[in-house]
Amino acid sequence: MSDIPRSIKGMALMNDTPQNSPYTHYPASHYPAGGQAFPHRDLLGIGHLQTHQIHYLLDEAEQWVHLNRQPKKHNDALAGLTIINAFFENSTRTLLSFEIAGKRLGADVVNMQAAQSSVKKGETLIDTAVTLNAMRADAIVIRHGSSGAVALIADKVDCPVLNAGDGQHEHPTQALLDALALRTKLRERGREEFNGLEVVICGDILHSRVARSNALCLTALGAKVRFCAPPALMPEGAGEMGVDVFHDFDAALDGAEVVMMLRLQNERMKGQFIPSPREYRHLFGLTEKRLERARDDAIIMHPGPMNRGVEIDSNVADLAGRSIITDQVEMGVAIRMACLDVLTRRSRGVPGWDAQAQKGQWV
Amino acid sequence: MKQPRPLVITGGKLVLADGIRPGGLRCETGRIVAIGDVTPQEGDAIVDAQGALIAPGLVDFGVFAVDKPAFHFGGITRAGLMPDQSPHLDHPARVRFAAQSGKPDFWVHPFAGATMRLEGESLAELALMRDAGARAVATGRRWIGDSGIMLRLLQYAAMLDLVVVAHAEDAGIVGSAVATSGLMATRLGLPSAPSEAEALAVARDIALAELAGARLHFRQITTKSALDLIRAAKQRGVKVTAGVTPAHFMLSDLAIKDFRTFARLSPPLREEADRVAVVEAIADGTIDVVTSGHDPRGPEDKRLPFADAEPGMAGAETLLAMVLTLVRDGAITMERAFDLVASKPAQLLGVQAGALVEGWEADIALIQPEKPWIVDSEKMAAAAGNTPFDKQPAQGRVTALWKGGVAVD
Repeated sequence: MSDIPRSIKGMALMNDTPQNSPYTHYPASHYPAGGQAFPHRDLLGIGHLQTHQIHYLLDEAEQWVHLNRQPKKHNDALAGLTIINAFFENSTRTLLSFEIAGKRLGADVVNMQAAQSSVKKGETLIDTAVTLNAMRADAIVIRHGSSGAVALIADKVDCPVLNAGDGQHEHPTQALLDALALRTKLRERGREEFNGLEVVICGDILHSRVARSNALCLTALGAKVRFCAPPALMPEGAGEMGVDVFHDFDAALDGAEVVMMLRLQNERMKGQFIPSPREYRHLFGLTEKRLERARDDAIIMHPGPMNRGVEIDSNVADLAGRSIITDQVEMGVAIRMACLDVLTRRSRGVPGWDAQAQKGQWV
Repeated sequence: MKQPRPLVITGGKLVLADGIRPGGLRCETGRIVAIGDVTPQEGDAIVDAQGALIAPGLVDFGVFAVDKPAFHFGGITRAGLMPDQSPHLDHPARVRFAAQSGKPDFWVHPFAGATMRLEGESLAELALMRDAGARAVATGRRWIGDSGIMLRLLQYAAMLDLVVVAHAEDAGIVGSAVATSGLMATRLGLPSAPSEAEALAVARDIALAELAGARLHFRQITTKSALDLIRAAKQRGVKVTAGVTPAHFMLSDLAIKDFRTFARLSPPLREEADRVAVVEAIADGTIDVVTSGHDPRGPEDKRLPFADAEPGMAGAETLLAMVLTLVRDGAITMERAFDLVASKPAQLLGVQAGALVEGWEADIALIQPEKPWIVDSEKMAAAAGNTPFDKQPAQGRVTALWKGGVAVD
């Protein structure tokens, strides 16, 4: 890992040697004061974050996990603010999660789905960005099918931008919610940190922004990540990202403490990548029998939507005490509330987060 | 426009095939009439070169647009025009029009499109296009996937004594890739293809050219494995030549970080080891030509997500300065630099240009090889400022340019 150039923007994270990370769980007071705790205007990718900034967002989310479990799930922190969810790619789960997050914080949430937008009429992405900006949104959540598209829009607007998935690049809130769900489960079992945690991510790694963001996030937190996929679905250079590469699922599962399954992203595949779903399941499906190769209490994760009977069997997906797939969905709302809250603190003039305290500088 | 009165350039350093020599030259009615120790005559226009290089006008082998301000800025007086125009150069009338499109102060040598609409399926009327002014045949931005068609094309071009300019990327492997497989492409989540796609295409085309006895030129060769194949083929006596653009000897795929679309090129930027191999291949003569690949693209093509943006760079203005970088780094000599950007491309085109020779067209550039400047995408002469060298310091500027003995503004 040491040969990764330090100068590449967004790669600094990789140099935070996960195994030796001194960070576990920070009490809130241990973070840099005020806005220095999270000095970014946007949330474009995990690659832009330092380890302590990831911990900060996870800790901030805990209060919202608690709120979301109350009968009255409302806070007016973002009252009067307008949040636009601009989704240029179809989504149900993520869009719903962001919408609920915004509404529980009291913001006015507007959804823009690609199918209804002027993108279909030939408007360029930049023009769409300028248009959204002119509506004076206080935060824009963007999903787009092209890698780098969200950063391109962020460059053209004046408010915080949250990346809800750009092409095959990053999906930062998914990685954060996965980390939060995992941390919660580990704490339940009396484990406080991720150091040395053996995590297997298996599936269509090539087309997966979730795999990329999770690899960055989990290695930053100290976990050891293994990627497992058939060669056609494994990106070249994955090993240089600091993960171990496997093509044999059984070998990858050996000693695994967490198994995260990804679905086949058929909509992104041009041409044939695997012979058939049946054959894929034969080699890479998580069955009850195969799960025996992992540690006895291995945790099962899936970012959804699941294709039951292909990458994961129903009895594994629903395994009580082991599967945290529904917890992931729950944590998603809390993480998105935390991100919306933290990123809008500057415009809301939260003490310590205003322009004065920030010295007008974004990192 | 004909040269109204004779021109004498004195006090410079002549860039000649056998070396750089102090001296000057005299041009009359558009042609060079004397080289070396020249004495001005009554009525001559006299230019004192003040020690600058007196070089042949550059010949740019394989550009995508006729963009005169940019070419003139870069000291380029002739260019081979790729058939990827709108409409395609696959018809004699369009070739004839393109051949006239730069005159008088810039000469365009069109490349005939090898196949109709450059689709790689049916051969275009190559002989008619040759007689309309085409100086080469080109496959365009794409590789001809059908080996049978490629073979017949090479045989036919050999009969017509036209060089075939090929694009070297195996389309089946490349698919919709926009980057070279590796850490950068994986981190950025960009569709990518292994660099071996180039070697595969090169291996096939060399075999077919050998079979057909054709002259084959690869417009851009950017990887070590493909260069090794060309080096070996040349030793065997195959009539194969290769070119490259400065981007591939100046930059590696690190330049695509932050999704910089000005670094979105075709073929894509490679890893550092390949960049080094390209420099070595230029030094040892495996690469014969350096071209600008000039392809100005405005914001509508470039201010897009990386994979959606069009490939290409505006390279005419920076061609000379980037090649001179190789001279300063000691990779090549100054004479060889002009071989790469002037005389060799002219030989491939089969035109009397690219060198200072008595009786040839007076296409002359005065060059200060050390003059420093900064590349700035916002202040370019080109139709668009899509340069991957934006804000980089460069050295080497053209201070005066003549086409056919007439000064270019």
